[in-house]
Amino acid sequence: MSTEKVMNLDGRNVSFQQGETVLEVARREETFVPTLCWDERLDPYGSCRLCVVEVEGRRIPASSCTLEAEEGMVVRTDSEKLRRMQATLVEMVLSENPGDECPRCRDIGTCEVHELAEQFDVGRERFLGDISNASKEDSNPFLLRDYDRCISCYRCVRICAEVEGDYAITMTGRGWNKGIATAFGGPLMGSECTLCGQCIYTCPTGALADKKMVGQGSIPGKVEETRSICPYCGTGCSINLHARDGKMIGVTPALDGPVNEGALCVKGQFGFDFVNSDDRLTMPLVRKDGQLTPVSWDEALDYTAQRFKSIRAEHGPKAFYAIASGRAPGEGAYMLQKFTRAVMNSNQVDNCSRA
Amino acid sequence: MSNSIPEIEDCPMMLCVGTNMTECHPIIALRVKKAVRKGAKLFVVDPRKIPLAELADGHLQIQLGSDVALFNAMAKVIIDEDLHDKEYVEQRTEGFEELKKHLESFTLEYAEKISGVPKELIRECAIEYGSAERAGIYYTLGITEHICGVSNVQSLCNLALITGNLGKRSAGVNPLRGQNNIQGAGDAGALPNNYPGFQDVTSAESRKKFEKAWGVPLDPDKGITKIAALDHAVDGRIKAMWICGENTLVTDPDVKHTTKALESLDFFVVQDMFLTDTAQKAHVVFPAAAFTEVDGFFTNSDRRIQRIRKASDPPGEAKPDWWIIAEVAKRMESGVHFDYDSSSEVFDELASVSPIYAGLDYDRIDSGELHWPVPDHDHPGTPVLHEGVFLNGKGKLQLLDYVPPSENPDDEYPFYLTTGRRLPTYHTNTMTGRSEGFRILVPNEWLEIHPRDAEKLGFEDGDWARISSRRGDVTTRVAITRTSPSGTVFMSFAFPEETLTNNITNPDVDPITETPEFKVAAVAVERIEAPAGFSAEPALQADPAIEDPRDG
Repeated sequence: MSTEKVMNLDGRNVSFQQGETVLEVARREETFVPTLCWDERLDPYGSCRLCVVEVEGRRIPASSCTLEAEEGMVVRTDSEKLRRMQATLVEMVLSENPGDECPRCRDIGTCEVHELAEQFDVGRERFLGDISNASKEDSNPFLLRDYDRCISCYRCVRICAEVEGDYAITMTGRGWNKGIATAFGGPLMGSECTLCGQCIYTCPTGALADKKMVGQGSIPGKVEETRSICPYCGTGCSINLHARDGKMIGVTPALDGPVNEGALCVKGQFGFDFVNSDDRLTMPLVRKDGQLTPVSWDEALDYTAQRFKSIRAEHGPKAFYAIASGRAPGEGAYMLQKFTRAVMNSNQVDNCSRA
Repeated sequence: MSNSIPEIEDCPMMLCVGTNMTECHPIIALRVKKAVRKGAKLFVVDPRKIPLAELADGHLQIQLGSDVALFNAMAKVIIDEDLHDKEYVEQRTEGFEELKKHLESFTLEYAEKISGVPKELIRECAIEYGSAERAGIYYTLGITEHICGVSNVQSLCNLALITGNLGKRSAGVNPLRGQNNIQGAGDAGALPNNYPGFQDVTSAESRKKFEKAWGVPLDPDKGITKIAALDHAVDGRIKAMWICGENTLVTDPDVKHTTKALESLDFFVVQDMFLTDTAQKAHVVFPAAAFTEVDGFFTNSDRRIQRIRKASDPPGEAKPDWWIIAEVAKRMESGVHFDYDSSSEVFDELASVSPIYAGLDYDRIDSGELHWPVPDHDHPGTPVLHEGVFLNGKGKLQLLDYVPPSENPDDEYPFYLTTGRRLPTYHTNTMTGRSEGFRILVPNEWLEIHPRDAEKLGFEDGDWARISSRRGDVTTRVAITRTSPSGTVFMSFAFPEETLTNNITNPDVDPITETPEFKVAAVAVERIEAPAGFSAEPALQADPAIEDPRDG
């Protein structure tokens, strides 16, 4: 018996699997359903109410992220009424989120709230009033926390629990006093938080931001994003490298990375700027009168080849030894063993796996 | 790894041995946490109370280096309780009767005495492992960095073999590799005994193949390991060395010996991003491009070949590693082909000579979905190794004996020292230490010591200590914590400029892999006055030293 079932979405019959939510079906069918509290890595939460849809036979709209699709269900996602409700919800959320100062939009790429504001063409004027004036103090070096912008979607709390399994932060209070806090309300450092930064990249607003990226947006030049792999342990997490004018400015997790599925640890997320370090080597060096001295590539390469040649001639192939890096790309390791075997004529090569 | 990382979350019984996963492989640990949330059993074998142990159904807090005694006893329980997979043992293994006989002396009482783990807990762990439908073993350097590292691994393989846990999904024997491309470096042939793709250099057939590919006669003898090479440098047999991207002086045990080795060389070339301690000893230093500045591949722990791509420009005249080596090779006028236009051409050549990469090129590794072996261009890759049959015929069960660590506490050096990493400091800190913010998280090295030992030695949190072994001594601050058991102290090796931990580690090696026993050294610890300029404020701690009733 097939588990394939059929429902009606905006006048079209579409098939789905038992257990799928209406939102999942709609997203697969490339139907626009706005969300703020939803992240495909997390359990559905149903708090932002933006994903409301009309279901035939139901009196009031339902949130599609928590609604399981049923055989024969008739759903509308695009009525006038729904759009009005969604626009109002975005307006309310916006009241605490001034667009022109949003660190996320300015420096990293549009945040979800301001993207929706543009889509619904709404501003924050209508509900402008008090803001909660939550504390912005946190002495950690990586995460900017500005809970004035928090819209209580709790994606940060949920990713910390459901994906990272750290349970470092939780929701506290009600109304104006609502907040996100560590176990005893202290700063992130010293709590269970590992500073992996994954709350930043699920946050749909500018309430959380990457301190390394903040401030970068005001510098002119196009930011290029390049898919790569984390250079630390042997897990092989997929990352996006952000660079401007050929200089690294940040890392974001690749949500479709086959190993990490959008998760990173503190090293992968924030430990990239060693590449910009002032003490990077920029020229070949050759020891002259006891001092390592900058020289041209030609001089360094010629000298090296000539020294290897004479040592091989004088002491034989086994007087040479090469150690390949377990950190650098594999093409280098292939070249170094080929050099050792085919040019120096020995198998005197290893990598750094033993010690 | 015999199995892929995503499979872990469907594993119903995980045995994690010598792997501080949440700190050293945090994203693999996410899969373990997920499995636990789905109801899986987790047993952690580790001398320290690592964070993973908090999630476990059982923490077997073993004495350093007692793994073989423990796992042999577990194998005996599994056989005695008739939990072994008879069909699998019959069809896919050899030496079962010999193993059964060999295990007779590995009673629970014996294992408890050697390992310090209560025998009831050993038995429980064995029964859970033996009766699980699928069980996965995950280990890291806590198993291999011992003089008996190979035996330790084999004792784990015995467990997997007698229970039929090699060759199926969400099971297997899975070493988690510590470096992004350490698997790839071995795959590419940077090993003294193997051509690319683990083809034996002493096999005439393999040699002929590579002689044909490269057009020159090749050496039929295998080379020596890096550990032996440093000895040969000291005694003058090795005159020239080329080290790419390794801070050998700091990472190897017994720094005095390594220093002597590198200083004895007639000609020493280092290729690196930074003028590391090792590079400072060199005659020639080549500036290497960083991972964000080149195209290439990394192969991870689960044999997944993935693309890295150029995103930023190298500083000054720094160049990709492959380019530098090719340019030196060309100038050697050997006639061997070293004329490459791109890293992709180098990769294609590797794929052409390595059967496990034969089906790969940059297009096929673009999405990072393939695990080797990938023998041809239509092959879907191999997330699970050894399905159906082992490459070399039957899985040989090994008869292993417990060998104590090469150094044990005595009156002069009364503590065990074990070493490892901490979450925010990677290795010798050349990368994390140069990335902004990490020094705030971990400002310095510290010695982790149990409150009972601290009290005996008169330590307060944040005091300074001198730690000495038969090789030398270092000084650092003290953090009083119950992570390490009484009698065992812990340090990382991330602050070589202030606390050169490998001054005191143990250089004795496993006879087969020649991997040093970084995990066990005998040391003495004494309180010293804070050096001038340092206040006595407490060191940043690994965990709060709260009272733990289980600790006695």
